[in-house]
Amino acid sequence: MSTIRATALSRRSFLVSSGAVGIAVTFGGFESMTAEAATNPAFKANSWISIDGDGTVTLMSPAVEMGQGSMTAVPACIAEDLDADWSKVRVITAPDNEALYGNPKFFGHMVTVGSRAVTGYYQKVRLAGAQARRIILVNAAEMLNVPVGELSTEPGVVVHAKSGRKLGYGEVAKTATVPNPLPKVTTADLKPQSQFRYIGKDLPRVDIPLKVNGKAKYGLDTELPDMVYASVLHTPVQGEKPVKIDDSATKKIKGVIAVMPVPTGVAVVAETLEASMKGKEALNVTWSQTSKARHYDNEKLAGEYRKVAADWGHASVDMLKKGDADGAIGKASKVVAADFVAHHVAHCCMEPMNATARVAGDEVWLWTSNQSVIDMKLAGAHGAGTKPDKVHVGRPFLGGGFGRRTDWDVALEATMLAKKIGNPVKVVWSREDDITQDMWRPFAVQRIEVGLDDKGDIVGWRHRIVAASYMARAIPPLFKKIGGKDPVSAVGGEFRYGVPAHRVDYVRAQSGFEVGAWRGVGAGYTKFAVETMVDEVAAAKGVDPLDLRMALLAKHPRSLAVLKTVAEMADWKKKRPEGRALGLAYSDALETYTAAVAEVSLDPKSGKISVHHIWAAVDPGLVVQPKNVAIQMEGAMTMGLGAALIEQITLEKGEPQQSNFDSYPVLRMADIPPIDVKVISTENEPTGIGEAGVPVVAPAIANAVARLTGGKRLRQLPMSPERVKSTLGGA
Amino acid sequence: MAISFTINERAAHVQADADTPLLWVIREHLKMTGTKFGCGAGLCGACTVHIDGKARRSCQTAVSDVAGKKVTTIEGLSADGVSHPLQKAWIEEQVPQCGYCQSGQIMQAAELLAKNKRPTREEIVAHMDGNICRCGTYPRIIAAIQKAAEA
Repeated sequence: MSTIRATALSRRSFLVSSGAVGIAVTFGGFESMTAEAATNPAFKANSWISIDGDGTVTLMSPAVEMGQGSMTAVPACIAEDLDADWSKVRVITAPDNEALYGNPKFFGHMVTVGSRAVTGYYQKVRLAGAQARRIILVNAAEMLNVPVGELSTEPGVVVHAKSGRKLGYGEVAKTATVPNPLPKVTTADLKPQSQFRYIGKDLPRVDIPLKVNGKAKYGLDTELPDMVYASVLHTPVQGEKPVKIDDSATKKIKGVIAVMPVPTGVAVVAETLEASMKGKEALNVTWSQTSKARHYDNEKLAGEYRKVAADWGHASVDMLKKGDADGAIGKASKVVAADFVAHHVAHCCMEPMNATARVAGDEVWLWTSNQSVIDMKLAGAHGAGTKPDKVHVGRPFLGGGFGRRTDWDVALEATMLAKKIGNPVKVVWSREDDITQDMWRPFAVQRIEVGLDDKGDIVGWRHRIVAASYMARAIPPLFKKIGGKDPVSAVGGEFRYGVPAHRVDYVRAQSGFEVGAWRGVGAGYTKFAVETMVDEVAAAKGVDPLDLRMALLAKHPRSLAVLKTVAEMADWKKKRPEGRALGLAYSDALETYTAAVAEVSLDPKSGKISVHHIWAAVDPGLVVQPKNVAIQMEGAMTMGLGAALIEQITLEKGEPQQSNFDSYPVLRMADIPPIDVKVISTENEPTGIGEAGVPVVAPAIANAVARLTGGKRLRQLPMSPERVKSTLGGA
Repeated sequence: MAISFTINERAAHVQADADTPLLWVIREHLKMTGTKFGCGAGLCGACTVHIDGKARRSCQTAVSDVAGKKVTTIEGLSADGVSHPLQKAWIEEQVPQCGYCQSGQIMQAAELLAKNKRPTREEIVAHMDGNICRCGTYPRIIAAIQKAAEA
C-alpha cells in the first residue's frame, strides 16, 4: 500500500523541486495542455490546427466549455473542412490570445456569452480547416510529385486516385512546411453540405470522459506552489464599505496570515482554506450605512416601477419603433393592457465563484472559471496596477456560467490580495457569498398595451420595460455609443408577429442595485409578457392561441414550422382530462425559433402549479450537433422552469434574504416533468442554443393556468403558490 | 492534530484541526480535486464521497470522524477512471454538461446500485433528490443509472 502525506512542509518541498518552469504543468489540466501545445514539435498548419507525425490532430476550441458543448461543436466544424479523422482528434481550449481566437460576432473578444460560440466561429474555423487541408495537399503534392489538383482527401488521408497512392496526414506532417504567405481560402473552398461528415451528426462530447472521474479541472481546482487562501466577508448591502474592522479574534486563529480590506469587503488570508474561513467567521466588521441600495426593497419598488411603466410620457429609449403605435392605440376600439413583474433570480453556478491570482513584477496570472478573457485582463490590470496585456488568463472548465462569469469581482479580489501578499492567492467564495453577491437577473416591471380594431385585430402594440441596466454597469462606453439601449436587460420585446405598429421602449431603473446577465437575459421576462399578452389578445378575439400565432406569423415559415411541430407533439387540439390544460408560447429571441407547450394542473387550495409535460420545437438554423441541441434545450427549459415557479431573490433594505439552497431552492430531480424536444435543422446560419429554451417556459405555463382559471392571469414571476392564491382570490 | 485514514485504498496521514471538513482535506491537503465544493451545508450533494461504503457529504463530515475509516472518492471509483458501470453509462448517455456536480451524482448513484441492483425510476429519484444539477441533466442521470443497472 502506497502512502500519501499532506502537510504544509510537503507543499514547500514541492516548490523547491518544481521551480518556475514547472509552474505551467502543475496548475492543472488546462494549463498543462496549453503548455504542451506551445512546445509540441507537431506540425502547426495554422493557429487552429496542429498535426503530429502519428496523425493526431490537435484542434483549438476558442470558447470556454461550461456545459454548452461548444468544445465539441466548434472543433467539429474545423474537422469538417480539414477533413480530419475525428477518432484522431484531440481538443484544447485555446489560450488567451484574442487576436487569434476572438469571436468575430463579439467585437473580436474571447467572450463565451449570448449563445454565440457556434454562430460566431462557424465560418472562421471552417475556413481555418479548409486552409490547413490546402497546406496538407500542397505538401503532399510535392512528396508524391504530382499536381495538387490530382489530390483529394478522405478523413485524415490524402489520396492520389490516379496512382492509387495514399498518405496519412501524419506522414505529410512529419516533413511539411507552412507556405509563406499562407494560402488564401474563401467560402467557395468550403465543403458543400451534402458532403458533411461531422456537421449535423452527433459526435460524443470531448469533455465528457473527463467529467466522470474527477479529472476535469475547473477554476476552483487550481493549485499553485506557495499558494495561500482567502475568504472574504462581503458587504451585507451592495456598495457599503467597512468603517471599523475588529480582527482581534481572527488574528488568534492558527494559520491566519493577514486581514485586509478589498473593494467588496474584508478578506482573511490564511495558510489553509479552513483557517481563512474560520477567520472570516471571527471577524467583527462595522459597515457604512450610506449605500443607495439601502433603500432597495423590490416588493415596494414594484409599485414605483409600475407607475413609470404606465407613464408613456416618461423619458425612455426606443428599443424598436415601427409605425405609430401610440397613435394607433389611441384610436383603437379596444385596448388590452397589463403589467408584468419579474423578480430577481440568482445564477447559482454549482461551482461557487473563485479565483486564483499570482503577481510577479508587472505581470499577473489569473486562473478563474471565466466567460470573458478581456474582463479578466481588465480585472487583473486594475487589481495589480498593470496593463491588460500583462495579464495572463487561464481558461479552465467552468462549473456553470449562465452569464455570471463575465464579471470580474472575484478576479479583482484575488489579484489585489496576491499583489499585497506576494504569494499566489486562491479566493474561494462560500455559497452564501455566491448567492448574496451575485449579479442577479434584473428586477423588471413591464407594461404592454395592445390596440385592437372592432374585429379584434391588432392595430398597435407597445411594450415598456423598466429594469436596471446590465450594459450601463458592465460596458458603459458601448451603452453610451448605442444611445442608452440595453440589448441585455431589455431584449426580447421585438418579434416577428405581423403587427402594423410596434414600439418597445426601455426605462433604465436606477434604484441603487447592480444587475447581471442571466441565461436567456431579458428575454426570460420580456417573452413572458409578450406571450401571455398574445394569449390575452386571442381570448379577446375569441380564437385559439395557436391559430392566432399562426396568423400573425404567416409570413415566417420558420416560425410556423416550430409552432406546427410543437402543436403536433403535444396534440394541441386534443381535450385534456378535467383539471389539466395546455399553454403555448413562441420565441424568436436571440435569432433562434422556439415554441413550447406545457401541460399544467393547479391545486387551488395550496396554489401549487404542477407541470406534467413540456414539449418544445426549436430551429437554430443549421444544426451542428443535434443531440446536444436537444440536451441544451432540456437544460435551459429546466432552468427556465425554476425561474418560472420557485426562484426568487428578495431584498429588504438592500439585504438579500436568500443565501443557500435552503432559502433559494432550485429544481431537483423529483421536480422535473418529462421534456420532449424536436430539433429542426434548416439551411440558415447556425444560431445560439444555450439560452433558447429559457424564455418560452414561463409564458407556456402562465397561458395554461389562465385556461384553468377562466382567464385569471398570473403576471408575476415566479408564479409562486402565494401569488397563484392571491390571483385566484382576486377579481 | 494528526489523522490517518484510508483514501482510495491508500493510507493518508494529514495534519489538520479535528473539525476541518473532510472536503477541504481531500481537495486542498491531499490535492484530489474530483470531489467538489457546492454549498458547504449538505444541501447540494456535490461533495459526496463514500465512507465505509456509504454515501456521505464530505462538507458535513469532520476529518476526525473518518480516522481509521475507508474513504472512496470519484478518483477511486474504478481503477482506470472509466470502467465502473456508472462511468460507462454516464459517457454513453452523454450526461454531464458543465460536469461540476457529476462526481457527487455518480458517487451517490454508486451507493444506490451497490444495495439495489434494479432500482425503479421512483427509487432512483428518491435516492438522488439531494443532488442538485444546475444544468438540468436530471433526465440523463436517470437514464444512465437505469442503463448501468441493466449492465
